[in-house]
Amino acid sequence: MKKKHTGILFVLPHFLGVCIFLFLPFLDVVRRSVFRAAGSFCGLDNFKTVLANDAFRLAAGNTLRFTLVCLPLLLVLSLCLAVLVYGVGRAAGALKNAYLVPLAIPAACVVLIWRLLFDAHGMVNGVVTTLGGTAVDWMNTGSAFYVLVGSYIWKNLGYVVVLWMAAMDAIPGTVYEAARIDGAGRIASFFYITLPCIRPAAFTIVVVSFLNSFRVFREAYLVAGNYPHDSIYLLQHVFNNWFLDLSVDKMAAGAVLLSIVICAAVWMMQRMWEDQ
Amino acid sequence: MRYVAARFCRMAILIFFAVFTFGPVVFLAGGSIMGDAEVKSYLGPVLSGQEGYAMWRLLPLYPTLRHLVEVLFDAPEFFHMFWNTAKITAGILLGQVVFAVPAAWGLARYRFRGKKLIYQIYILLMMMPFQVMMLSEYLVLDGLELLDTLWAVIWPGVFSTFSVFIMYRFFSGIPEDIMEAARVDGAGEWQMFLRVGVPLGKTGIVSALLLQFLECFSMIEQPIAYLKDKTLYPLSMYLPEIDAGRTGFALCASLIALLPTLFLFMAGSDYLEQGIAASAIKE
Repeated sequence: MKKKHTGILFVLPHFLGVCIFLFLPFLDVVRRSVFRAAGSFCGLDNFKTVLANDAFRLAAGNTLRFTLVCLPLLLVLSLCLAVLVYGVGRAAGALKNAYLVPLAIPAACVVLIWRLLFDAHGMVNGVVTTLGGTAVDWMNTGSAFYVLVGSYIWKNLGYVVVLWMAAMDAIPGTVYEAARIDGAGRIASFFYITLPCIRPAAFTIVVVSFLNSFRVFREAYLVAGNYPHDSIYLLQHVFNNWFLDLSVDKMAAGAVLLSIVICAAVWMMQRMWEDQ
Repeated sequence: MRYVAARFCRMAILIFFAVFTFGPVVFLAGGSIMGDAEVKSYLGPVLSGQEGYAMWRLLPLYPTLRHLVEVLFDAPEFFHMFWNTAKITAGILLGQVVFAVPAAWGLARYRFRGKKLIYQIYILLMMMPFQVMMLSEYLVLDGLELLDTLWAVIWPGVFSTFSVFIMYRFFSGIPEDIMEAARVDGAGEWQMFLRVGVPLGKTGIVSALLLQFLECFSMIEQPIAYLKDKTLYPLSMYLPEIDAGRTGFALCASLIALLPTLFLFMAGSDYLEQGIAASAIKE
């Protein structure tokens, strides 16, 4: 790597843009979080207001619950699929592509299908009642939460399968060969070779899935609008609604809280990984 | 025998999930060649409150191209918004070629003061959900008088740090020997970038742009926040607005809106895969 000022010339135009459109706005959010909307300094008052706000607490709880339910579900499911796809051979490419398709489907294109499926008189209920179950009003009861979890899994499954498979690709085949000669079966190989070898990659995979979980707002918003059922009222809805009300102070404090939580979560995961 | 059974089970599980992920495309494809009467007869319970539950046929009994014709020739608003999406996408991708590619190259191949700090700022910004930045970005765009123009959606997209991160991964992988050889041959820094960096990092550039393209076609948050003028809305905002009475039309419009991304996805699935892998897995 060369030490030259040319380097900064390559980076500078982009960095200036980032400063104007992203970084300075970010610092501005931090500054605003300790000022009143009118402009006077108020210390941590905004944070107290936000933390006492019912909508914010409901949404924070939901977002946390959502993350805790769908992250483990997605990661385990995709790892199982990745292992299965890995052994398939020739059809692996086609399967991987099929799993990746949702990535290429804009949220807006499937909203209509979601509505038709999960309406109180929708197709899912049609199937449920035919099988002898009772119909559920999916979007207007607590079940909305599971519809959202399902959309997240649907959207991200292929992405994470590809990530696990890339991690497994990096394990040299000779390691498995050696294990087999020593008499290790497939299951033993998985637990003693595959899992330990993909652990470093698992950290970034968890982080990427965690960050992607915030994008589920798109589906939630398109299907149910600004005020969905309480069980899927996420932090993103709160921010969006504060934005529409121009509640500058609350929004800034909320944004700072959220970014602190995200950074802390990522940092904690990193620590956990290094400790082991 | 056990072996065959195990293989069969595995394939069954894998295909089940493939149907789960690929299903909506089949649904849209069937729906877009279904006539209004047939759509209404299946979806009546949802659309007009009839008794019972909606059902569906994957292949219509009476296929028709009426909706296709309607979307293509008789829906100016569809085209208008398609055009908006095209402009936004072109603007962002072009901007990233001009700004993000050199930036990734500079970060990956040079040492200079403050590089580490810049890199960390980029990672930090990459982690922030849109909603964290929304308000202040709005104020900046307002200050620059860009609100309610397509630029309000384009500029922040151009400087997305995610793309830089992906390309950075690929540029870092180019062996230093090749660079040295080019230097010995008397290549200048700019030439090295264009003649060595761009060709060898092509995979990274293409996969970053491909991921960005998919993102552009499903943009929701930015247009809601920065565009009030509905004539500027991209396609992704138009589809959910089509009223329930025109379900067949809406299905067909969704399918056509999906085609560019689906086509690119099929053409570039290898790039896409490598781009995704680069977002998390170190070589």
